Amino acid sequence: MIHCFSVRGTRLVLDAHSQMLHEVDELVWALLCGGFTESGEAVRALGARYPAAEIAAALAEIEELRAQELLFAPDPHAGYEPPPPQVKALCLNVAHHCNLACRYCFAGAPETGEQLMTPEVARRAVDFLVTRSGGRRHVEIDFFGGEPLLNFPVIAETVAYARTRAAAAGKEVGFTVTTNGLLLTPEVRRFLLANRVNVVLSLDGRPEVHDRLRCTAGGRGSYRTVLPRIRQFVSDWEAWDGPRGYYYLRGTFTRHNLDFADDFRYLVGLGFTNISLEPVVALPDADYALREEDLPRVHREYERLADIYLELVRENAAVRFFHFELDLDEGSCLPKRLSGCGAGHAYLAVDAGGDLYPCHQFIGRREFVLGSVFAGELRSDLVESFRHAHVYSKEGCTDCWAKFLCSGGCHAHAVLESGSLLRPSRLGCATMRSRLQAALYVQAVNRMNS
Amino acid sequence: MGKHIRTINKRGLTRRKEVACGECQTSCQSACKTSCTVGNQVCLKEKKN
Ligand code: SF4
Ligand code: SF4
Repeated sequence: MIHCFSVRGTRLVLDAHSQMLHEVDELVWALLCGGFTESGEAVRALGARYPAAEIAAALAEIEELRAQELLFAPDPHAGYEPPPPQVKALCLNVAHHCNLACRYCFAGAPETGEQLMTPEVARRAVDFLVTRSGGRRHVEIDFFGGEPLLNFPVIAETVAYARTRAAAAGKEVGFTVTTNGLLLTPEVRRFLLANRVNVVLSLDGRPEVHDRLRCTAGGRGSYRTVLPRIRQFVSDWEAWDGPRGYYYLRGTFTRHNLDFADDFRYLVGLGFTNISLEPVVALPDADYALREEDLPRVHREYERLADIYLELVRENAAVRFFHFELDLDEGSCLPKRLSGCGAGHAYLAVDAGGDLYPCHQFIGRREFVLGSVFAGELRSDLVESFRHAHVYSKEGCTDCWAKFLCSGGCHAHAVLESGSLLRPSRLGCATMRSRLQAALYVQAVNRMNS
Repeated sequence: MGKHIRTINKRGLTRRKEVACGECQTSCQSACKTSCTVGNQVCLKEKKN
């Protein structure tokens, strides 16, 4: 399966099954888009524009790549059977409670109540991860919320406990915290850096964009309070000379800022280098939700973002846009590409009381409770339905050129939009494909220039 | 490198078909987390080799 697309006049062809990316001239483009394989037919159709000998030579190049399985490669895994369930990562919802009231937050529903995870629940979650991860050496714990730093003592204790428990079992544990930045005190900053915790900082971009949705409970924008704290953390991170985790600034774009490439430029202008911007996940009736009619604009915006990114990287090679960091040579293996996020079998979320869910986005939806860190067994019907939701079972994925880059999309988004794990979100698919095309284009330009 | 086709990457997926060591980072792709797509993951095994 091939996917032909052009960005700013650069004609690119991705071979979906081998993941080889080719830049082609006008003639090959015409041959591939027209589906020509035989020269007589191609000469009849294109002979007025190209000499027959050129057409034959181009077809020969296509055939050579086909023979090497670098073009039209066969599907490498038809008949795919997912690996047995084994936990690798846990998301601990240490604080189901927040010091902001961002309008687009799925954790924000007040009826779920405010709750902090106790040290006991956190320890049991760590035990669960260590025993359920079998032979895996690298395991992960994410601290999430609400605002996880509202429960900093439990985070600190859990990091220490998990390190000891993991080391005794011959494992290494990686930590990530996602925070709105408000509680990044000197003590917290030092702790996160010294413990090599990866830090994801929520900042949406330009002040008016950020303030529109990231508000305090009283409805005031949080930009002016949050920015200096995030800046301080990043400046400590930059100055840190020991081993450290990564940081990423993570913004959300909505239909209110379809010009989100300007938010990227703005954040780079503030001195940040590691940036990610994500499409909002929302119920369709929300005013900020992306709509079908926004998709062409989103597509163009990713191309504009690619232009801006390439321009900014020329000025400062350290600048990163997370989704453009595709690794075409050393990226993940095929089995990983098929299993995707692993929600429900490799990645689970724990709520403040110790109940287990397929992932953080399902927290609070009781029909998705898988079990508890205090009890042995998980609901196998649910585990199996998540495990069997992959690119060979989801609607539309098998024939989608993006399948080995996307791995079937977000299950939570699918359930939210279509009610079914096996029917990916149409909006999600469209934004994903637009973003991937832009990312492939950026990679192609970088390589052609180097 | 052909006259009409320039291949951008050095190697594709064919040589990475069956690694499955399960050691690389999990990859949530939703907006609220780090939102990693599998495409931009680093293979821990390859990096070490
Ligand atoms: S979820 Fe959508 S974009 Fe992703 S592989 Fe499936 S059809 Fe393609
Ligand atoms: S289901 Fe979606 S939100 Fe949950 S872990 Fe997977 S990609 Fe992330």
